[in-house]
Amino acid sequence: MTEMIIRRLLQSVVTLLVLSFITFAGIYLIGNPMEVLADESATAAQIQAATERLGLDQPLWVQYWHYMERLFAGDFGRSYVTSLPVSTMILQRLPATLEMTVISLLISVGIGLPLGVVAGVFPKSRWSRGGSVLSVLGFSLPNFWFGLMLLLCLAVWFPILPAIGRGQTVEVNGVAWSFLTRDGLAHLAMPALTLAIGNMALMFRLAKSGMQEVMLLDYIKLARIKGLPSRRIVVVHALRNVMIPIITIIGLEIGGLIAGSIITETVFAWPGIGKLLIDSINMLDRPVVVAYMLIFTFTFVLINLIVDICYIVLDPRTREALQG
Amino acid sequence: MTSTPLARPTMRFSERPLGRFWREYSQSHAAVFGLVMTLILIAVAFLAPLIAPQDPYDLMQVDFMDSELPPGAIGGAGQTYVLGTDANGRDMLSALLFGLRASFMVALSSLGIALVFGTLMGLVSAYAGRWVDSLIMRIVDIQMSFPTILVAMMLMVTFGRGIDKTIFALAVVQWAYFARNVRASALVERSREYVLAAQLAQVPTFRILWRHILPNCLPPLMVIASIQLASAVSIEASLSFLGLGMPVTQPSLGMLISNGFGYLLGGKYWISVAPGIALGLTVFSLSLMSDRLRDMFNPRLKR
Repeated sequence: MTEMIIRRLLQSVVTLLVLSFITFAGIYLIGNPMEVLADESATAAQIQAATERLGLDQPLWVQYWHYMERLFAGDFGRSYVTSLPVSTMILQRLPATLEMTVISLLISVGIGLPLGVVAGVFPKSRWSRGGSVLSVLGFSLPNFWFGLMLLLCLAVWFPILPAIGRGQTVEVNGVAWSFLTRDGLAHLAMPALTLAIGNMALMFRLAKSGMQEVMLLDYIKLARIKGLPSRRIVVVHALRNVMIPIITIIGLEIGGLIAGSIITETVFAWPGIGKLLIDSINMLDRPVVVAYMLIFTFTFVLINLIVDICYIVLDPRTREALQG
Repeated sequence: MTSTPLARPTMRFSERPLGRFWREYSQSHAAVFGLVMTLILIAVAFLAPLIAPQDPYDLMQVDFMDSELPPGAIGGAGQTYVLGTDANGRDMLSALLFGLRASFMVALSSLGIALVFGTLMGLVSAYAGRWVDSLIMRIVDIQMSFPTILVAMMLMVTFGRGIDKTIFALAVVQWAYFARNVRASALVERSREYVLAAQLAQVPTFRILWRHILPNCLPPLMVIASIQLASAVSIEASLSFLGLGMPVTQPSLGMLISNGFGYLLGGKYWISVAPGIALGLTVFSLSLMSDRLRDMFNPRLKR
C-alpha cells in the first residue's frame, strides 16, 4: 500500500511540473507585456532596460526556472498593473470567493440531496419525473444563463435583491466577510444560488438514481419485513449506501465550483479571485494569471491525490491485492 | 440476421432497425420534444440568411436611429421589430438567428474534429497497447480531471479569440471523452473471436479496425457525441460571454447575451434575454435527446 501511495505521489508531482510548465509557456505566448508596462513616452532604451530588469529577454526555460525558484520562496511576483505582490492581491480576494462557494455548496447539497432522495423513493410519481427533466436543464445550461435569468427576475422585474457587489461587510481578524450582515447575505443570495444550480441538479440525479437502485435490494426488503418504519429504512439503511459515491463526487466537484465561480463572479461583479482572473486577462496582467492557474492546478492535483489515496486505503480490493 | 435482402422491402417500418430505435426512443415524450425542437432550431439556424428580416452585419440595413427599441416596436422605415433592437439599432430577431447559426456552426465543427481525432486516438491506444496506450490514457486522465471550461479558457487566453481558435479549443476539451470510450469498446471487441479469426485470415490491421472493430464502437460513440454537442454549445456560450470566444464580427448566442448584459439592469432586458432564451432552448433540447440516448444504451436500466 505504501508503495502504491508513493507511486501515486510521484505521479502527482510530475503532473504538477508538466502542467506548470505548459501554463507558464502558454501565458508566455500572449502578447508583449511591455505594451502594458511601458507608458507611451518611454524610449526604446528604457523599454529595453525594463525588459532586461524583469528578465523577459531570457529564453523561456530560464524564465520558468527563475519563476519556480521564487515560487518556492513563497514569492508569486508583482502585478504589472497594480505593482502589488500577487499573493496579497489573491489573498485579499479569496474570502469573497470562499464564502460564495461554501454557501453555494450548502445550498446544492441541502436542497438537491433531500429532493433526490424523495424522488428516488417514489420514482414513478409525476414530481419525480418532472424533477428529472428539470435536472437536465440544471446541469446542461451554462452557469451565466441562470445568473442572467435570476437577475432578470429578482433584480429587474421584481427588484427584491441587490444585483452587484458584496454589500456591507464585517471584518474578522482583518478579513472582510459578507455573510455576517443582512445586507451582505442579500448580496450573496443570487451569486451563490447561480453557482449552486448545476451541482444541485447533479446531487438530485445522483441521489435519485442511487436511492432507486438501493431500494430494490434485498436488505431493504428485509428491513421492511422486520417492520421497521419507512422513514428509518430510508434515512438509516438506504441513505448510508447512497452517500459514499455522493461524497466522492462532492470532493471532485470543488474544482468545478472554482471554475464556475469565475463566470458567476463576472456576472454579479462579485470581487473574488475569479473576477480578478478575468480582469487580469483583459489587462494582460501576466503574473496574476500565471499565479491563479498554478494555485488552481496545485489545489486540483492535491484534491485528486487525496481522493485516490483514500480509495487505496479504504478499498478492500486494493488491500487484498497487496496482501495476496 | 435471418432476413435475406429480398425480404427487406416487405418489413414494416416498426420492425426495421430504425423503426425499433424510434419506438424505444419515443417512449419518452420529453425526448421527442427535444428531437423536434433540435431539428427546428438547426433548420432555422442554417436558413438564417434567407429568413432573417435583415442582415444584422450589413451596416446599410441597420438604422442607428432605431436603437434600443422594445419588442414589437415599429422602426423608422415602418418595419416591425418583433424582438426589439439592440444598442446599434440591429433587429434582435435577425441577430438571434445569425447567432444561433454561429453557435451551431462552431459546436458542430468542433464536435466533428473531436470525434474523428478522439476515435483515432482511442483505436490507436487500444490496438498499439503498451507505452503508447499508457501515454495517451495518461493525457486523457489529466485532461478529464480538469474542469472543461477552465481548459478551454486557458487555450483561448493563449491563442486569442476567433472562430478557428474557438473550434480548436472546443475540440481539445472534447476529444478525450471519445478517445476513452472508443478505447474501452475497442479493447472488448479486440479479444472477441471474430477479430481473432480476421487476424488469422491475415486481414490487414487497418481493415480490422475500420470494418470490424469501429462499427461495434458506434453506439456508445453516438451517446457521447450527443452529450458533447450540448456541452459544446454551452461551453462556447460561456467563453463568448466572458469575451474569450467568438470575434466581434461573428457573434454567437453567448456574445449577444454578453452584449446586452450591460443594458439588463437599466431595464432594457430584451437585448440579452431573447438570445438567452434561444440558448436555453437549444441546450435543453439537445440535453433531453442525449439523456434519452444514454438511458437507451445503458444496459443496467434494461429489463
